[in-house]
Amino acid sequence: MSKLAIKVEGLYKQYRLGLVGTGTLAQDLNRWWHMARGKEDPYELVTESNDRTSDGGSDYVWALQDINFEVQKGEVLGVIGKNGAGKSTLLKVLSKVTGPSKGSVKVNGRVASLLEVGTGFHPELTGRENIYLNGAILGMTRGEIKRKFDEIVDFSGVQKYIDTPVKRYSSGMYVRLAFAVAAHLEPEILIVDEVLAVGDAEFQKKCIGKMKDVSTNEGRTILFVSHNMDAISRLCTRSIYMKQGQVISAGTTDEIIQQYIGAETTITSNIAYENLVTAPGNEQVKLLKVEMVDGYYTNKLNFKIDEQVGVKFTFQVLRETDDLVCGFNLYNQLDVHILSSHDILNKGKKYKPGIYISTVWMPQNFLTEGLHYCGVAAMSYKPFTVHFHDVGRIGFNIADKQSGETVRGDYTGVFPGVVRPKLNWDIIKEEND
Amino acid sequence: MIEKQDWTEVISPKRSLFDVKLHELWHYRDLIVLFVKRDFVSIYKQTILGPLWLFIQPLFTTITFVLIFNRIARLSTDGIPPILFYMSGITMWTYFADCLTKTSNTFTSNAGIFGKVYFPRLVTPISIIISNLIKFGIQFLLLLIAYSYFVFNKEFEPVFSVWLLLIPVVILLMALLGLGLGIIFSSFTTKYRDMAFLLQFGVQLLMYGSAVIYPLSSTSGVIFNILKYNPVAILIETFKFSLLGVGYFSFASLSYVIVFCVILLVVGVLIFNKVEKTFMDTV
Repeated sequence: MSKLAIKVEGLYKQYRLGLVGTGTLAQDLNRWWHMARGKEDPYELVTESNDRTSDGGSDYVWALQDINFEVQKGEVLGVIGKNGAGKSTLLKVLSKVTGPSKGSVKVNGRVASLLEVGTGFHPELTGRENIYLNGAILGMTRGEIKRKFDEIVDFSGVQKYIDTPVKRYSSGMYVRLAFAVAAHLEPEILIVDEVLAVGDAEFQKKCIGKMKDVSTNEGRTILFVSHNMDAISRLCTRSIYMKQGQVISAGTTDEIIQQYIGAETTITSNIAYENLVTAPGNEQVKLLKVEMVDGYYTNKLNFKIDEQVGVKFTFQVLRETDDLVCGFNLYNQLDVHILSSHDILNKGKKYKPGIYISTVWMPQNFLTEGLHYCGVAAMSYKPFTVHFHDVGRIGFNIADKQSGETVRGDYTGVFPGVVRPKLNWDIIKEEND
Repeated sequence: MIEKQDWTEVISPKRSLFDVKLHELWHYRDLIVLFVKRDFVSIYKQTILGPLWLFIQPLFTTITFVLIFNRIARLSTDGIPPILFYMSGITMWTYFADCLTKTSNTFTSNAGIFGKVYFPRLVTPISIIISNLIKFGIQFLLLLIAYSYFVFNKEFEPVFSVWLLLIPVVILLMALLGLGLGIIFSSFTTKYRDMAFLLQFGVQLLMYGSAVIYPLSSTSGVIFNILKYNPVAILIETFKFSLLGVGYFSFASLSYVIVFCVILLVVGVLIFNKVEKTFMDTV
C-alpha cells in the first residue's frame, strides 16, 4: 500500500463579508465573551454556503465546507471548479498562508506552494539577488540555490541581464526568471495554482513539461489547480471537483472532467425531444433525439483523441419528402466553425413517413483536444427549406491521454491548431554521390 | 489494511497558544540574512551618497538639538559636551524608534508576500531588527568619531571603565524592546488600523519622556519617579553612563528592564503567533 502525502479531514474555512469596522470590534467582543464562558463561537453557527450570486443576508460565509480527501505519495491531483468554488482558498490553507476555521490537514513531507510566480521579487535588486531572495522565500537554503544557480539562469534564458535590476526587465523576462526559480524547487509536495495562466505558449509548455517531469521521474506529489482542462487531463491522474466550497466528487480525471463539463456548461451529450409539438422542426420533419456515441454506439461526453466520434440523431418524417439532406456542423470552444458535412451522396432520396436514425462519424486522430459543439440539421433543396437546425446544445469533449500513439506523441505543451489529423510524413535522405 | 502513517505536519485551527515553532526560524535563517541584505541594498540604490545618508541624519538632528535645547532652552547636559550628549541619545533613540515603527507594520506592508507563500512570519520583524542594527552600527561609528574628536581636543575626559561592557547589553535590550513592542502593535494593526495612528504620535511623544534631550538627573519628584520606570529612558541613561561616564544607572533598574523586555517579548511572540495564522483574512 502506498503512503499518503496529504490527508484533509473535515476542513472548513469561514470568511467575513463586508468591511472591517466598529461592527467587527463588537463581534470580536461578543465572540470573546462567548468563548470566555466556554460557549461556542456564535458566528460559527452560520451555515450559509458560498454562492456569490445570492445574498443570504449573513456577514459570514463558508468558503470551504467539510472538505475531505487524500493524496497518495507521487500522485498528481487536479482540482477543478468554477471561479469562487473555493479552489484557491483550499490551496491557501494547504500552503499555510491562512489557517482553517475547523478540521485539519495532515501533511507528510516538505511543502512548497506556487500560488504566484515571482513572490517577493524586489524591483531594485538584480536578477542574481532576486534568485537568492525568491528561492529563500520559497523555502530553499542558500546552499541549495547556489548549487542550482547556473541551472536556474540557464532555464530562464536571461543570462545577459542577470546583473541588471529586475525593474529594467520586460514582463516576459521577469516571469521567466521567476518561474525558473520555482521550477527548481525540490519539495516533496508541490502546490500549484493557475500559474500557467501567465506567460506565452512557450512558457506554458515549459511549465507543464517541467511539472510532468517532476511528478513522473522524481515521484513528487503535486496538487494542481487550473481552468485549463487540457492541462489537467494531461497532468493529473486523479481529480476532485469543487463547487460552492464543497468537494462534489473525486475520482479519475476523466470521470471528473466529464462531470464538470456536464454540470458547469449547458452542453450535454444527449438530448431527447419528447414533445413532438415543441421539438425542433416543421410539419414535414421533426428532430427527436441527438446523442454523441463512440464506436460501440455508447453515449458519452468525453472522448479520447484516438477514438472515433459519432453524432447520432433521430428524426421523424411526418410527410413524404423527396429530397431530404441531413447536415452537420462542428464548432470548437471559441466558436470557430471547424467543418460542415452533408449526406450529399443520398441527395434526392425519397423519405417515406417514419422514424430515421442518422449517424455521422468523425474519424479517430482527427479533432483536437477540448470542448466541441455540434449542430444537426435536415433540409430540402426544392424548394430550399431548413426543416430543423439544432445548434449549440449538443457537444462533446476530447482529451489526449498521451498514449504516445497520438499526434501529440510525448510532447506535453500547448499544441496549436483547430484540428489535429494524423498525417503521413515521408522523410528520406537525399543521396548525393 | 491501514498502514501506520507518520505526518510531518498537521495544520489545524486550534493550535495551542504556546505552540510556537521557533525551530522553523532556524531553517529560514538564510531568508533572514537575505531580507537584511535586501532592506539595506535596496534603500540606497540609485542614491549618490548611499549609506552616507546614515551619517547626515543623526548629524543634523544633533546640530538642531544643540541649537534648540542647549543654546536656546539652556537644558543641562550633565557637564558633557552637548554634541556628544545629544548624539548618543539620538543614536540609541533612533534605533529603538526605527525598530518599533518598522516592525509595527510587518503584516500590513508584507501582505503581498504573506498572502502567497508561507514562511515563519517572525522572519520579517527579526530581519528588520538586524538591518536596523547595521544602521545603528554605522551611526555608532559616527558617535565614536565625534567622541574621539572631543577627547583629542581635550574637551572631554574619557572614562574607560568596566561599564563599557554594558553597551552591547543595552543595545540588545533596546532591540528586544523594539521588537517586542513592534510585533504587538503589528498584530493589532492587521485588524484595527487605529493602532498605527496611535503608534505614530505615541513614538513622537515618547521621545520627550525618554531622556534623549535632557539627563534624568535634571528631573526630580514625581516626574523622576515616573520616568525611572520608562525602560527606554533607563536604557538611554545606562548607555550614556557606560560610554560617557555620566548618567543614571542601577542594577535594580537594569534588572527591571531585562524582566520587562523578556515578558514583553514572550507576550509579543505569542500574540504574533496567534495572529499570523489568520491575518490574511482581516488585513
